[in-house]
Amino acid sequence: MADMSNPTPLLQVSDLRVTLPTARGWAQALRGVSLRMERGQTVGLIGESGCGKSLTALALMGLLPERAQVSGSILLHGQELVGMPEPQLCQLRGARMAMIFQEPMTALNPLHPIWKQIAEPLRLHQHMGVAEAKARALELLDRVQLPRARERLDAYPHQLSGGQRQRVMISIALACSPDLLIADEPTTALDVTVQKEVLALIKQLVNEDGMGLLLISHDLGLMQDQVDRVMVMYGGSVVESAATPELFAHRAHPYTRGLFAARPRLGLARGTRLTTISGSVPELMDLPAGCAFADRCTLAADECRHTPPQVESVGLQGLSGEPHAVSCPRWRLS
Amino acid sequence: MQDKNHALRRALRHPSFVAGGAMVLLLVLCAVLSLFWSPYPVADIDIPNKLASPSAAHWMGTDSLGRDIGSLLLVGSQNSLLVGFIAVGIGLGVGVPLGLLASARRGWVEEVIMRASDFTFAFPALLSAIMLTAIYGPGLVVSIAAIGIFNIPVFARISRGAANAVWSRDFTAAARAAGKGPVSITVAHVLPNIASVLIVQATIQFAIAILAEAALSYLGLGTQPPQPSWGRMLNEAQSQMFQAPMLAVYPGAAIALAVLGLNLLGDGLRDVLDPRLARQR
Repeated sequence: MADMSNPTPLLQVSDLRVTLPTARGWAQALRGVSLRMERGQTVGLIGESGCGKSLTALALMGLLPERAQVSGSILLHGQELVGMPEPQLCQLRGARMAMIFQEPMTALNPLHPIWKQIAEPLRLHQHMGVAEAKARALELLDRVQLPRARERLDAYPHQLSGGQRQRVMISIALACSPDLLIADEPTTALDVTVQKEVLALIKQLVNEDGMGLLLISHDLGLMQDQVDRVMVMYGGSVVESAATPELFAHRAHPYTRGLFAARPRLGLARGTRLTTISGSVPELMDLPAGCAFADRCTLAADECRHTPPQVESVGLQGLSGEPHAVSCPRWRLS
Repeated sequence: MQDKNHALRRALRHPSFVAGGAMVLLLVLCAVLSLFWSPYPVADIDIPNKLASPSAAHWMGTDSLGRDIGSLLLVGSQNSLLVGFIAVGIGLGVGVPLGLLASARRGWVEEVIMRASDFTFAFPALLSAIMLTAIYGPGLVVSIAAIGIFNIPVFARISRGAANAVWSRDFTAAARAAGKGPVSITVAHVLPNIASVLIVQATIQFAIAILAEAALSYLGLGTQPPQPSWGRMLNEAQSQMFQAPMLAVYPGAAIALAVLGLNLLGDGLRDVLDPRLARQR
């Protein structure tokens, strides 16, 4: 990815590598992820299960399991997060960077009323008193458009629906106005109609506060309207990265093309089978020396299996001037 | 608040909770009553009246020294409750923090704590109590300490296991993402979520403590005369087995009922406090 030397970006991740211990040895879960995000920018991370999307989010938050080995660099406002001591990380989490979890059903403590859970980061980072924090919790619930917010302050999570709980989660994440918001599949557990509302809400709040958003999803359609820039992940690395309209117009990496081809579309003749990508995600324990996608790729040549792919620049630059990068030497073929 | 009424109503419909609760309540009432009043002073020896059969004056008769059995039972219940409370208190007070620490820190801290509790657990409670009395001499304090020490690994294990399950749930990750440290997550999120397990276990350990105290007193290692204790009443009854068999029945029945009541209460509490069952209605 072209590295423009702007003044310190909101988030600069370079060559982030994570290895995790498993029963069968060390698994290379992330293999050199790099990304750069400015304030107010929204970036989507897409890929299938097990490609390292959620792990990237956890690594950014410093929430990886203790035995994970992390190398590379994560700069938040130029401040190195890799290797930062836990107490300092605690001060950043919830205050400067926040995360919305996938499962609103389980991410709230069933035993506390919701206002207490919203008040938690406020009391922790902004040292608010109980009354002040509760008042602020009400404002936040109004901001995430929870109906009848005042009555619901004292509600317990099981008294709310999935969509309402996710709104509560969002208000917790926003409580201290973080600069970076990470949303890990925030709508996967919700009904389709509710998904749209919640995403629209996140987008609106991100715009209002001008924070950076890293949206993780496996849903291409959802990315199209939500983010400025999309990064496609496969086997622990980013295989393609481009401004959203550019990616949707000129997808270069064979995996990205496969993803698009596998999308169900309206208007197909009855009985048409969906295109699939043959094979399955490789085990992280025995990734090939070369490109992780080589075994499933229709364009793969011998060199792909032996030499790791270099990042290439796709000539076309999006309107926004965002670079379009792809890590595949054979993307011009099709 | 609605929830709490709901849980209470559900509890009152639960047969073993009600039966166990009633028996335990009776036990507690007896102990409290005996603090102020008992039919006869338990220290009163009345040799001419020894081994009397039940009568209007002595409802359960008298023992080999002419003491009133009913009064001895009443006052003896204090002893059982005292041992139960303190021994379970030691177990909760030391075991739970250890288990929570093990669960929050994991790694070698967890290993050390759990192996140490395995080590303690490997000695049967009675054996360690006998060892302690061999060192410090018999007495109530020593037997309470022995039973309490036996309770520590029980609570350490159970709280670590339950806490590990809570730590693996999303809301603890969410709390970490909000910037909370392990201590405040443990206090605010883990402990409330394992409280029901601990309450149930505490009831059961209470019953075990009463049994253990009776056993120790029976062996002459626990409560010392003249303080009445159900275990010692059994011991004294043993020598009069053939003249007055009922002497062993009363304290035996008292112990059995107390233990049964606590176990029933524990079972009932388990059902009442289990959130999965609570949600079914």
